Amino acid sequence: METALDIIEQPVKETVQITGSHALLEALIAERVDTIFGYPGGAIMPIYDALYDYHEQLKHILVRHEQGGIHAAQGFARASGKVGVVFATSGPGATNLVTGLADAQIDSTPLVCITGQVFAHLLGTDAFQETDVINITTPVTKWNYQITDACEIPEVLAKAFYIARSGRPGPVLIDITKNAQLQLFEYAGYQTCDHIRSYRPKPYIRKEFIEAAAALINAAEKPFVIFGQGVILGNAEQEFKAFLEKSGIPAAWTILGLSALATDHPLNMGMLGMHGNYGPNVMTNEGDVLIAIGMRFDDRVTGRLDKYAKQAKVIHLDIDPSEIDKNVKAAVGVWGDCKETLPMLTRLIQTKVYPQWIEKFRVYQKEEEKEVISNELYPAEGQISMGEVLRVLNELTEGEAIIVSDVGQHQMVACRYAKFNQTRSNITSGGLGTMGFALPAAIGAKFGTPERTVVAVIGDGGIQMTIQELGTIMQTGIDIKILILNNQFLGMVRQWQQLFHDKRYSFVDIASPDYVMVAKGYGINGETVKERNHLKGALQRMLSHQGSYLLEVMVGKENNVFPMVPQGCSVSEIRLK
Amino acid sequence: MQKQEFTITVYTENHIGLLNRIAIIFSRRKINIESLNTSPSEVEGIHRFTIVIDELEEVVGKLVRQIEKQVEVLKAYYNTNNEIVWQELALYKVSTDEIAEKVQVERLLREYGARAVVIRKDYTIFETSGHREETNRLISVLEPYGLIEFVRSARVAIIKASSGFHEKIKEFEATDPSDALIENEYLGKQQEIFSM
Repeated sequence: METALDIIEQPVKETVQITGSHALLEALIAERVDTIFGYPGGAIMPIYDALYDYHEQLKHILVRHEQGGIHAAQGFARASGKVGVVFATSGPGATNLVTGLADAQIDSTPLVCITGQVFAHLLGTDAFQETDVINITTPVTKWNYQITDACEIPEVLAKAFYIARSGRPGPVLIDITKNAQLQLFEYAGYQTCDHIRSYRPKPYIRKEFIEAAAALINAAEKPFVIFGQGVILGNAEQEFKAFLEKSGIPAAWTILGLSALATDHPLNMGMLGMHGNYGPNVMTNEGDVLIAIGMRFDDRVTGRLDKYAKQAKVIHLDIDPSEIDKNVKAAVGVWGDCKETLPMLTRLIQTKVYPQWIEKFRVYQKEEEKEVISNELYPAEGQISMGEVLRVLNELTEGEAIIVSDVGQHQMVACRYAKFNQTRSNITSGGLGTMGFALPAAIGAKFGTPERTVVAVIGDGGIQMTIQELGTIMQTGIDIKILILNNQFLGMVRQWQQLFHDKRYSFVDIASPDYVMVAKGYGINGETVKERNHLKGALQRMLSHQGSYLLEVMVGKENNVFPMVPQGCSVSEIRLK
Repeated sequence: MQKQEFTITVYTENHIGLLNRIAIIFSRRKINIESLNTSPSEVEGIHRFTIVIDELEEVVGKLVRQIEKQVEVLKAYYNTNNEIVWQELALYKVSTDEIAEKVQVERLLREYGARAVVIRKDYTIFETSGHREETNRLISVLEPYGLIEFVRSARVAIIKASSGFHEKIKEFEATDPSDALIENEYLGKQQEIFSM
């Protein structure tokens, strides 16, 4: 029985009556969200109605398609390090998010997606615009949850943000039925979440493994560091640099790790993987200790696994224990956030230099310069090459721009040749390889970092997948630079058809509209360049233009990206032509 | 290495949708689940999945880590059959007339430790529990006497070496768990690490 004393001792919680929709927006404000990418519809109307009153605190960017919305949120998150937020309605609105969710899941991008859902009493009845979003999105979300009662909103949103941004980040989807959005309930304020008993974002760091890793590194004669996005996601760029400089070990990056280490850093040996640099690929199979930091040995990085770094002892640092030993067996698995484990390791390692070992990388580098890079960056004649566009762009931006690339040949060229001085400057769809990613992601990146120049490098295939987002640019007046490298082909597929399918060019011959005219229709200035001597001037006009600008560069039709590790081959079988 | 039977034990929150989240980890790799049971555990509010698959140990280890990675999963273990005690329950429906006529049926049932759950004029339902081979053997024995219906439950298993989840749950609930909780499988392999 409750006594009078009990009643007095219990603090009286002040509550106010608000709707579920208001509680949701209060949660976003409490999580310091300022930008939402979204598209309204029937089942999310109460939230949009509430948003009408919050337009001063919450900037809503109306996209042209939900896929554009989620890619924009990804670009926003990748550039700013904050959680990207997306609104979409039920049914098609929600299913249009799936590609972006899969992309964010595989590339560890923190997102919170809010989808409207039909009234709870209609669930399971094939109601209008009803779809089983929770089950559709389960494989492509870090966590998802359906809310049918407004009282759950504050707590579930707090969990959603905590899960999305902590540990190995990822996308979270919260599906809210329309009745919960409308429902009035006693709101007792918002409390952020910092612990869920079944969820451990960071594994416990075992000192014995740091010590074991340090012992291996100290005894190594030919050590090699390969790093990925974990360095960026952990905000561990400084810790990584300190580790690298003390250890003196040469390092190479995966395309998601790109920009974590400045391009011109003396220990930066370049890019790993299928179209990576010659040295890093070959040397993977020569080093004695391979130190993998915040990367997951994707097959595009490793090539044939049974011939990958078999001679080396592998040290694998990762925040996600399920990545260790998944593809490559580690001699020492260092579980933990590299922001914490790298300084621990740095303390235990000796200060060293490896001039002879690094010289071997340089030899390969010189050969690659001679066989591939010089022709690509300074072609003497013929059509403009993608590489030279990037070279001139580098000269003009001096490595300060954010480069958002789409998927295909131009992506590999952009990752290979773009120069970076700052972290979080390379935004691309790595794991999923989503064509159509770049234009919306560039829009998001600009909203996330308005002070920076954002250049979207896109092929003639990818731009046509999400070209409708030019409308978002038009309406918001945002300033991004759209650089279309047009080779009049679906170039990467064509390259494979040329090399592995007897040049049977099956459906890769893609026609383009007049992009400059299309842009003009959206009120965006632009031009097309075909001649080499006009390239620099056009890039200058693009960069100095106030507002968005579209520059289409006609590049060599049948140029290939080299070097290349053919599928099913070992990294040491990399081809220069 | 050869495929063998492994029993995976998963401690989870009791939330809707978790079954799907766990099941797709197997289906994604095209692995068939031989048996699956969900039930409460010794700790209130904590659910326990018992999953049996036939796989290589290397694969099972990866699956278990991917299961444990799920936000609502507290802990997952995998064990060989030697490391667990397990049972399956089976029900058999036979014609009551047949049993009444043939004395040896009753003897057989007693021999197999079967127990009558329901006895009606037209049929009788027996239950027995044990390993798969035991419950299977009774099917073949009963078949000549007209086995009308048969059903078997999923495997339930207890890990011999486990000390249960009561203490563990306290660690999980603490904001800053001690290292006692973190079972890093490398810990037993220090010798291998220093093999260079």
